[in-house]
Amino acid sequence: MLDYQKIFELPVFGMKRDEKDAFFRSALSELTDHHRDNCEAYRRITDVAGRDSPLPVRLFKEYELLSVPREAVIKTMTSSGTTGQAVSRIFLDRDTSARQSKALSKIVSQFIGKTRLPMLIVDSPAVLKDRNMFSARGAGILGFSMLGRDLTWALDENMEPDMTIIDNFSKKHEGENVLLFGFTFMIWQHFIQALVSREETLAFEGILVHGGGWKKMADQSVDNERFKQTVRDVTGIGRVCNYYGMVEQTGSIFMECEQGHLHASVFSDIRILDGQNFAPVEQKRGLIECASLLPTSYPGHRLLTEDEGELLGVDDCPCGRAGKYFRVYGRVKGAEIRGCSDTYERR
Amino acid sequence: MSDVEYVIGSENISNIPMQTYSDDICRFVEALSEKLTKFGDVRRYPDVAALAFWCRKGNIGRLKADFGSTEFRLGRGLCFHVAPSNIPVNFAFSWLFALLAGNASVVRLPGKEYPQIEIICNILRGALRDFPEIEERTAFVRYPAQNEITAKFCEIADARMIWGGDGTVTEIRGLRTKPRCVDLTFADRYSLCVINGKAILDTDENGLSRLAEHFFNDTWLMDQNACSSPQLILWINDSEEARGRFWDAALVCASERYELQTAVAVEKYARMCEDALELETLVGVRRDGNLLYRAELKALRGPIENLRGRGGYFYEYRLKNLDELAAVVTDKYQTLTQFGMNEDELRGFVLQNRLRGIDRVVPVGRAMDIDVVWDGFDIVRMLSRVIA
Repeated sequence: MLDYQKIFELPVFGMKRDEKDAFFRSALSELTDHHRDNCEAYRRITDVAGRDSPLPVRLFKEYELLSVPREAVIKTMTSSGTTGQAVSRIFLDRDTSARQSKALSKIVSQFIGKTRLPMLIVDSPAVLKDRNMFSARGAGILGFSMLGRDLTWALDENMEPDMTIIDNFSKKHEGENVLLFGFTFMIWQHFIQALVSREETLAFEGILVHGGGWKKMADQSVDNERFKQTVRDVTGIGRVCNYYGMVEQTGSIFMECEQGHLHASVFSDIRILDGQNFAPVEQKRGLIECASLLPTSYPGHRLLTEDEGELLGVDDCPCGRAGKYFRVYGRVKGAEIRGCSDTYERR
Repeated sequence: MSDVEYVIGSENISNIPMQTYSDDICRFVEALSEKLTKFGDVRRYPDVAALAFWCRKGNIGRLKADFGSTEFRLGRGLCFHVAPSNIPVNFAFSWLFALLAGNASVVRLPGKEYPQIEIICNILRGALRDFPEIEERTAFVRYPAQNEITAKFCEIADARMIWGGDGTVTEIRGLRTKPRCVDLTFADRYSLCVINGKAILDTDENGLSRLAEHFFNDTWLMDQNACSSPQLILWINDSEEARGRFWDAALVCASERYELQTAVAVEKYARMCEDALELETLVGVRRDGNLLYRAELKALRGPIENLRGRGGYFYEYRLKNLDELAAVVTDKYQTLTQFGMNEDELRGFVLQNRLRGIDRVVPVGRAMDIDVVWDGFDIVRMLSRVIA
């Protein structure tokens, strides 16, 4: 097993390319051994695909993949799939879960500072009602809520902004930096748009952290720039920080820096793969492969996502953080397939 | 029915049958062939070119001659066609088969817009002008996926040609028809290819690249997702050398001509992982980039027809003898393509073993060639009525 205590003492964004490559090569190899020894399915897949092959994320939707005995599982997280879609199921034991919280806190504090800020959660407390199954949304909120104080929910049960609560929060913390957190689309649809239509503007100071995908935003032709500008105009918040992450690798998220670049931390790494042959590419758009050192209860340390991205550079982002930085273009375009059968059914 | 767009024809369609392979019908089909052939852009659309070639005078004449006596045969009346949404020109073949049998047709066009459909419809409008009897028996329609409209067409149909796989067949079979309505249903099928390794070694480089191109046309060209695209490759007189020669040539052809979508690459990779988990008979998977995946099997154990790849993902097995194959063939099996084998022996194998599947044995390269005998149906006979 990796020496996590040591890993958590490493600078979060301080490892340069050569050192990090070597560190990750050996760390991921150790994790691969661990999962091959403890997850029969993972062993069979890597026997066929090759030892260092990433696991396609969709496998977590189709199979229950665990590297610990079932009794050790304390939490099962699910992706927030739309109705009818299969959801990923991610099994966490105590260690993996704790590691995720710790890594999240280490990473995020590099952007919002170490002091806990008053926190406005742009969502409804209803999202936490079903505690049996942790949706990605609920888990994300709980994870981030550790990083704030005076946790306040901005939306009511009907996903409408509760102006009384928001105003009280605003008055109480006037002149202080605050932390706003939520999911990109929820913030846009149920907070920003709702405030715009009520012609309400707020006067917050601080930072907004948001994640969760751009697909629905793209449908409304809202890109990151427009999102940022509108958030600034409506809430007064100067710093808007997106993150890229997935329920299959909770904790080791990729945060957007002041330059608008997503950064890999010491807990994670990415590679961009050419769709034609899955060879890593440095200077063009391709599939994102994500590595994380955190998961030991399920084989999720090396994943092939279905997102496209592009590497922007290594170690030389003007923000000063070392490591890879990149951008995400979103889900890869769905396959257009010829053939006689109208619906292709999987076995 | 206000939601129905009549791309060709109108609601006032005649259901009065014509004589099977009547001179008028044959002349019309030939005229259509000429017009399609003359269409300037036909080279850009090999499927339209294939349609034009199939309609040509020589072929229709041969089909008519092979059919035998049509003296006391008429179409059944009105045939309703549900075309598959993913193959652009299939609707035209379906309609022509019904027409040759002597039927009027209402054809539901694929929901997706393909340039081929527009081309065919434009040319067809011109061709129909000189054949009023056929014109009043032809309607091509488009409408949103609504069972009420389909149900209306089913109520007036004397025959139905239902394409689109198991789901569509089941759904449309559930709609009410006239008691005497005849259904030809084209369900999901499974196809395979048998290659004689020795014949590969005996083939020169030119022959090999021709074979590769033929194999490409059967598979990658249709994303390997047509019913007649082989999924399973069986080797007889197998050798590493033969396989190497064949796959190298196939790969050259595919890398020149196949546009691999990233989503398809992900799907193939995920399929390999699923196979690793579920397929007990899997020996391993050989990959050349993401273009070609070859999953090697150590035994043929059913249900083989679940072994389906898309976009160049093949299952391979070294066949000891044909009896091994006989043990797994079900009614799902449609096309057996072959290289270096005796076709009549293969047909005899199906017969002697009384197999419930394998409806066609054709050379590699002919998997997609649709004809009046398809899926085991003698379509023109089934869509016509005999006056005894």
